This record gives sequence, structure tokens and C-alpha cells, in this order.
Amino acid sequence: MNTADQAIKIQGLNKWYGDFQALKDVNLEVVHGERIVICGPSGSGKSTLIRCVNSLETHNDGDIVVDGIAMKDEASINEILSEVGMVFQQFNLFPHLTILQNLTLGPIKARGMAKAAAEERAMKYLERVQIPDQAHKRPSELSGGQQQRVAIARSLCMEPKIMLFDEPTSALDPEMISEVLDVIIDLAESGMTMICVTHEMGFARKAADRMVFMDQGEIIETGTPDEFFSAPKTQRCQTFLNQILQH
Amino acid sequence: MRWKTLLAVTAAFLLTGCSASGNWGWYVIDPTTPAGYTNIKFLLSGFGATILVSVIAALLSMTIGLIVALPGMSQNRLLRWPSRIYVEFVRAIPLLPMLFWVFYGLPVVLKSIGINVSIDAFWGAIITLAISDSAFTAEIYRSGIQSIAKGQREAARTIGLSYGQTMRYVILPQAIKRILPPLANQFIYIVKMSAFASVIGMQELTRRANELVVTEYRPLEIYTLLIFEYLVLVLIISFFVRWLERKMGADESR
Repeated sequence: MNTADQAIKIQGLNKWYGDFQALKDVNLEVVHGERIVICGPSGSGKSTLIRCVNSLETHNDGDIVVDGIAMKDEASINEILSEVGMVFQQFNLFPHLTILQNLTLGPIKARGMAKAAAEERAMKYLERVQIPDQAHKRPSELSGGQQQRVAIARSLCMEPKIMLFDEPTSALDPEMISEVLDVIIDLAESGMTMICVTHEMGFARKAADRMVFMDQGEIIETGTPDEFFSAPKTQRCQTFLNQILQH
Repeated sequence: MRWKTLLAVTAAFLLTGCSASGNWGWYVIDPTTPAGYTNIKFLLSGFGATILVSVIAALLSMTIGLIVALPGMSQNRLLRWPSRIYVEFVRAIPLLPMLFWVFYGLPVVLKSIGINVSIDAFWGAIITLAISDSAFTAEIYRSGIQSIAKGQREAARTIGLSYGQTMRYVILPQAIKRILPPLANQFIYIVKMSAFASVIGMQELTRRANELVVTEYRPLEIYTLLIFEYLVLVLIISFFVRWLERKMGADESR
């Protein structure tokens, strides 16, 4: 693999919370345009791993390189942050701002964009997630599914090269899950590089190029969705799939 | 309901006072008599000093509190520790001893380092109330800011905002709604504690009452009025605090 194709390269990543080792020697390479789905039991380090990629969590040792930028000092972290968007389980919209202000805050304050240009861009992405008519409402007036779509649009407004999704549908009512997943699939089909932590296996089959299964802080197995779902290589993965797919 | 009870209690006091039981002697502050009028004017004129001292002390306390609170939330120990020590130390000093120390002791300390100022009762009271209260306002700021979910800070970071921008555009606008009501409550505390300034001779409500008691020997009536003076003051602030809370609450749910 040519290093120029690498969107993310994680090598020998270890992280401890006190005595508890959250990540054990994690290695992962993601090429541009690749869609990765990470799954595994809760507490397996999935979220911690993607939170390390945009330095919301620090790591104890190992190397992270994002789009050719090695994570080391504050300057490199800021550079990485400008390339990586993130969508959270709890949406984390700013409740005191309108939807439009949520979307334009980053472009205007962090990037110094003119207000009109930022609003034009915001409307473009609100249309993409199919809620331009909600632009002047507050987050609390929207449904969970709509809020999460706004959160996705807010990330897209920063025009990142890579998107991270941390269980984007776990806090949603069941009937709202598909509207959010549709937006993510649309994004996947447009060629966005993405890592998505999720338990939605139907979505994973449809959208993922590669599955990553984690347990107890380690990557246990990776493979294409076909291999992964039909013929998991490890017992732990088999057990996990049986547990979540039996209903 | 509250107002009716209050009226009933007030009426009961006044009626007993007006009866011929001999226990009450409202004549001392009866505004229809020349002597009573002079007395009540003397007592009520303490409002100005009480309000002025309270307002200045509260504004100073809010400022000092914020200056103490912000480094107190830093990851850096060298910034955090002085703030914590200040809060723990100041919070442990009772108001009255601190008042004595500021009024009688501080000028001596200042003189020994070459600053020759005298601290009068007015400023002595303000300095004491402001410092004493600032430990509490600092804690109010801290809890208000820390009550904003961590996710807000993280979301701000992922869209590229700096620490200052995150505070200014994301955290403080949300925290202010939680900070203002308890801060206003703290103002009520200052108003009540300003009564201590009477012991260093400041001519506020309590001091005036004390002085009149000495000449008129009518402590029951004069102190009853004094209590009602504070009650009126605090009820006005209370009303304002409720209004503020409603306004803030409405904002948050909007």
C-alpha cells in the first residue's frame, strides 16, 4: 500500500485508565475512501480508539498518523482536527444556538469565514441531510433523528476528509435509526473516508468495506463484511455475532 | 397565600401594639407624632447605606469570584492550587472576626508595608463582605461551568474552536443561566450580613436601630421594625430572583 493512500495509520496504540488497559497494541490502517465499521461488546475500546484518532483521548504509547500528519504536539493535533469530523452518540448540539448557528459557528469562528458564505454552506449541508426547513429552530425542538442529522451536517460544514461516528444511532428511538443511517450511507457512497462504531449490523453489511471486531481493548479480527458475517475466524467474534444477531 | 400570611402576621403585631396591653409601645415610631416621625425617618435613612454597601460588595464579590474560579478549573496544578487555597481559607473565616481584622488590623498591616490609608467603616464593610462572599461566588461559577456537559466541550473542539472560543461561544452562554440565580441568592446573603457592619459603626439599618434603642428604650418595637425592613428588602430581591429564574428557565427550554 502506498503511504499517500493512507488516511489513518495507527501503530502499537496502548492506553490505560489507571490500572485498566483500555487499548492493547492496536494497529489499524485506513485508506482514503475506505469505510470501516468497528463492532464489539461494550467496554471493548471501540469508542476509545476512535476518540484517540482526533485526540479527544490521549494515548500512552503508539503512533497515530492522520492524512500524513503525525500526532505529536498541539499544532499537529489542530491540523488533524481540521481534517477529521466527529459525530457523537449524544449529538452534542449547542442547545442555546439555532440549527443554523450550530452549523456556522465553526466555519465563522475557527475558520474565519464570512457569515453569508458560512450560512450558504450550512444550508447546502442541511439540504443534504434533508432538513433545510429546520434551520431557524433550536435543537430541543427537533426529534432525535433530526438532531443527529444536524450533528452530521455540522461536521460536514468543516469539510473534513475523514468522518468518525461514535455509535451515532445508539441514543435514538428505533423508528429514527434508519433516517440517520440513510444519511451516513449516502455519505459513504459519496466516497467519504469513515470509521463508524455501531451495533447496526444491517447497516454494516450495506456500507462497510471492512469490519473490525474488538474485544477487551484488542482488535480480534478484521475482514470484509461477507467473510465477517458468514465465516468469523475467531470464537469470540462468533459468540458476539450470535448474541447480537439472534433476535 | 404567602402574602396573606404575611399581612396577617403584620396586622397581628400592629393590633397588639395598638391595644392597651402595655407590652407594645408603637408611639416610638408612630409617624403621626413629631417624635415618632423623627425616629422613623432616622431608622429608614439606614436603607441607603445598607443597599449601597450590599450592591458594591456584591459586584466586587462576583468579579473576584470569577477571577478565582477560572484558574481553579485548570488542568495545571500551579494555577489550580492558589484558587483552591483561597476558597478553603476565606470560606473558613467567620464574617465578624474578618470584619474586625479588616477594620482594625488591615490598616496596621498596610502601614507596615508603607501604604498609609485609613479604612473607614463603609469600606471596611465592603472589603469584608466582598472577600468573604467571593469564596462562595467562586464555587458557584465553578459548579455552573462544570455542570455543562463534557460533550459540549468535545463538540466545540471537533469543529476547531480554541479554549477561549469554546468558553465564550459555547460554555459561558449556557452556564450563565445556571450561575445567575444562585448568584442572586448570594446577594440576599450579603444584604443580611451587612448588618454586621453596625459593630464597626457604619450607619446602616441595624446601627440606626441600635442607636435609637439606646435613647428610647423600646427594643421590641424598633427591632421588630428592623426585621421588617430587611424582610421588605429581601422580598424585593427574592421577587427579582424568581423573575430571573423564570426568564432563564424559559430561555433554556426554548
